[in-house]
Amino acid sequence: MNAVNLSRRFFVQASLAASGGLMLGFHMPTAEAAVTEAKPWNTPVTGIEVNAWLVLDPDGTVTIRIPHTEMGQGGMTSVALLIAEELDVEWSKVKAVFADPNRHLRNNKEYKVMSTHGSQLVALQHPHLMQAGASARERLKEAAAQAWGVTRDKVEAKQGVLKSGSKSAPYAEFAAAAAKVTLDKEPAIKEDASQWWLLGTGTQRLDIPNKVNGSAQYAIDTRLPGMVYAAVKASPVPWGKLKSFNADAIKDQPGFIAVVELRAVEGKRGQPDMQDAVAVVATSWYKAKNALNMLPVEWDFGDSVTASSKGMSENAKKVLGEKGLISKEDPKALEVIAASKKVVTADYERPFETHLRMEPINATAHVQDDRVDVWSPSQDQSAAVLIVAEQLGRDPKDVYAHPVFLGGGFGGNGGGGTAVTRQAAEISKRLKRPVKVLWTREEDVAQDKQRPMAAARMTASIGEKGLPEAIFTRALWYTQDKQNQIGPATADYGIRNMPYNIPLRHHERHNLDTHIPSSTHRGPGANQTGFITEVFADEMALAGGWNPLDWRIEMTKELPDWQLVLKTLKEKSNYRTDLPKGEGMGIAAVECHGTIAAACATVSVTRRGQLRVEKIVIVADCGHVINPHAAKEQMEGAACYELGHAWVGGLDIREGRIVNTNMDTYNILRMDQMPDIEAHFALSGGKKWGGMGEPAGPPVPPAVANAIFAATGKRIRTTPFRQYDLTWV
Amino acid sequence: MAINLTINGAAHNVDIDPDTPLLWVLRDEIGLTGTKYGCGIARCGSCTVHVDGQPAKACQLKAASLVGKQVTTIEGLSKDGNHPVQQAWKEVGVPQCGYCQSGQIMSAAALLARTRNPSDGEIEQAMSENLCRCGTYLRIKAGIRRAAQLGV
Ligand code: FES
Ligand code: FES
Repeated sequence: MNAVNLSRRFFVQASLAASGGLMLGFHMPTAEAAVTEAKPWNTPVTGIEVNAWLVLDPDGTVTIRIPHTEMGQGGMTSVALLIAEELDVEWSKVKAVFADPNRHLRNNKEYKVMSTHGSQLVALQHPHLMQAGASARERLKEAAAQAWGVTRDKVEAKQGVLKSGSKSAPYAEFAAAAAKVTLDKEPAIKEDASQWWLLGTGTQRLDIPNKVNGSAQYAIDTRLPGMVYAAVKASPVPWGKLKSFNADAIKDQPGFIAVVELRAVEGKRGQPDMQDAVAVVATSWYKAKNALNMLPVEWDFGDSVTASSKGMSENAKKVLGEKGLISKEDPKALEVIAASKKVVTADYERPFETHLRMEPINATAHVQDDRVDVWSPSQDQSAAVLIVAEQLGRDPKDVYAHPVFLGGGFGGNGGGGTAVTRQAAEISKRLKRPVKVLWTREEDVAQDKQRPMAAARMTASIGEKGLPEAIFTRALWYTQDKQNQIGPATADYGIRNMPYNIPLRHHERHNLDTHIPSSTHRGPGANQTGFITEVFADEMALAGGWNPLDWRIEMTKELPDWQLVLKTLKEKSNYRTDLPKGEGMGIAAVECHGTIAAACATVSVTRRGQLRVEKIVIVADCGHVINPHAAKEQMEGAACYELGHAWVGGLDIREGRIVNTNMDTYNILRMDQMPDIEAHFALSGGKKWGGMGEPAGPPVPPAVANAIFAATGKRIRTTPFRQYDLTWV
Repeated sequence: MAINLTINGAAHNVDIDPDTPLLWVLRDEIGLTGTKYGCGIARCGSCTVHVDGQPAKACQLKAASLVGKQVTTIEGLSKDGNHPVQQAWKEVGVPQCGYCQSGQIMSAAALLARTRNPSDGEIEQAMSENLCRCGTYLRIKAGIRRAAQLGV
């Protein structure tokens, strides 16, 4: 249990809540913008602060400050629900505002964690968020008890009202006193779902009203007085060096202000690190973009100019024949396979994929002598403060990040966000005025930090009962991120920790260098190697004459949570293997972020090879669900996201550069390709709290690939599926 | 060059290059940021607005071509955010990140204005150029069916 000592954290007047400049410089829609509904971040907060998360207003409004980002995953609502559950207030009175990242840093990580990644918000942060609500509730009770001359256990706190005998008062009446109360001991939180009155009931999200009328503000919508606009371009071959450019050639273009040169820092290639780039600054973004297109620029591409998807794929094949780093050694496995009469072996591969958040990469910064303000779609607004401070050599306490809604995250805006945040800070510093930097979609795709390409060679021997007795796998992973993206957690994640009880296992991996910027991406590792493991599982099962679903149930006999998920899938999916040719069902199950998700896909394939994914049934065990509405939304969303990559996606690299950089050539799923999704929970409860933002994605592509095999007899071992000839007779 | 545009019923005089796409006039000149940039090449639908009631992609419309026409953006779709499509979107809980949703809502509203009770096929056809990276398609469909019940 996370005991939170909130006693040192009182602020008497809550209008201080807006301290740290959260209200600075926001553009308000003009009158003809018909809708001017309140926005979470600039609504003045009135009332009394009980603790950093909570402000109570005498009119009954409960304002909850949200330290995490809302990128579509429902995080804003999740935080509010966890706190409101413990506080015990009417849900209709709850209002959400974003918390101030500067305050968080100033007060020694006051909100504990602001980063929003890894499907962790509910899974890992629920203890301290619930504690914040419980703690406030007990302080309110204590304050009332003291005023009423009774002990705290005689005071009841329910739905915003404190009561004891004939006395009663709204929470807000004791808010100021509560803020000064010190408790001997923090109250316990309600970990047990049977005690919940709000969690688990299925709540409509708080951010929806702002997202149907155009008023939700994203970083890209930032408008500041005197702001100028920048369009940027890095080397088309990533990490190429900027040799020269001719600013004179565009100085007469309409609206032109300046060309700013940006430089990479040698050896720095992490998520928020900058490449060499040129930025053209103009009075509007459209003008900046046009002028940039006309700017003569010379690059030194270096050796990377010879790289291509084809070459990397050929190299992968070669490397899969070489010994790698050992992540689990068992020479016996190799001996058994060598001596076996029945061996299954196959090579698999997944290409690079891009995040393609619907909101293209952008950031706005205003660097002044006494303060710096920044608006960026970062999944960690406090890290954005630190990155900008580092870039400018400023004290973080003078840097203010203004949280906004994110037009998608998917891991691409992790840490402090992308290099664009540094670019914006740097350009504003040099021009001494506020600047919005926006990457074109083409730049966004070409220079994003991509999901690593992966490949594997899988070999197993099938024993007596048709079940595998030994397995030997060798996986590889192309990445440039040497910090977070190497080791067993990536290249053979999902292979090494496959749940199947195969007696002898030997796993190896290779980490291959690449110049393609690469980093975290929704479901890292689990997507690539989860696909590989689960298609191979199908191949092993069928080679042994097993029904693939029964095989998985048999192979996880000792694992109760897997049994729960797979047996629930069996019950819900009506999985069968006897459909007529051209129709098929496929199964896959992958664990990631503490959640097991299993999928059953139903497909049809016409004789001419046209694929239709009819339906996907997904069953997940994330232990607990605090908002079934949002959790199911994430299951649908993750399934769609992953199916898009597997069916129609895949980045194409030629001459060192990504060539499919816009939505005419890099495809995502369209509405007419979206299958029906049926989402179910099979909750094991207890101490298990798994994530929900990512886990439903990984099992979907292998389930569909396995269904395609069932329908056509064609085995899919790489993606996108659309490159396969699926015709049959 | 000064151009007169009618947006959400109000007259705007903007001084711009007549070739500037409406998308950037709305967002950067006038400050109506509900209409979103996603691709700039007519492939994502995030920038969908209505021109004389018909859905159109603002990234492809030159400002000069809109003189004398009625442009409606998400901010002007209804006075109080309660157009039946918006109501249905709230009831069903369609948006995730929300970034594509202005475009989705404008396309859906135009569809329902043409076809009161669209079939699934008609919905798919009318909406297939509006992409959603968050994968809200099933809820968009449900939202359109609900809006049809509410009556546009
Ligand atoms: S921005 Fe206009 S269709 Fe994508
Ligand atoms: S809701 Fe995020 S792109 Fe559609």
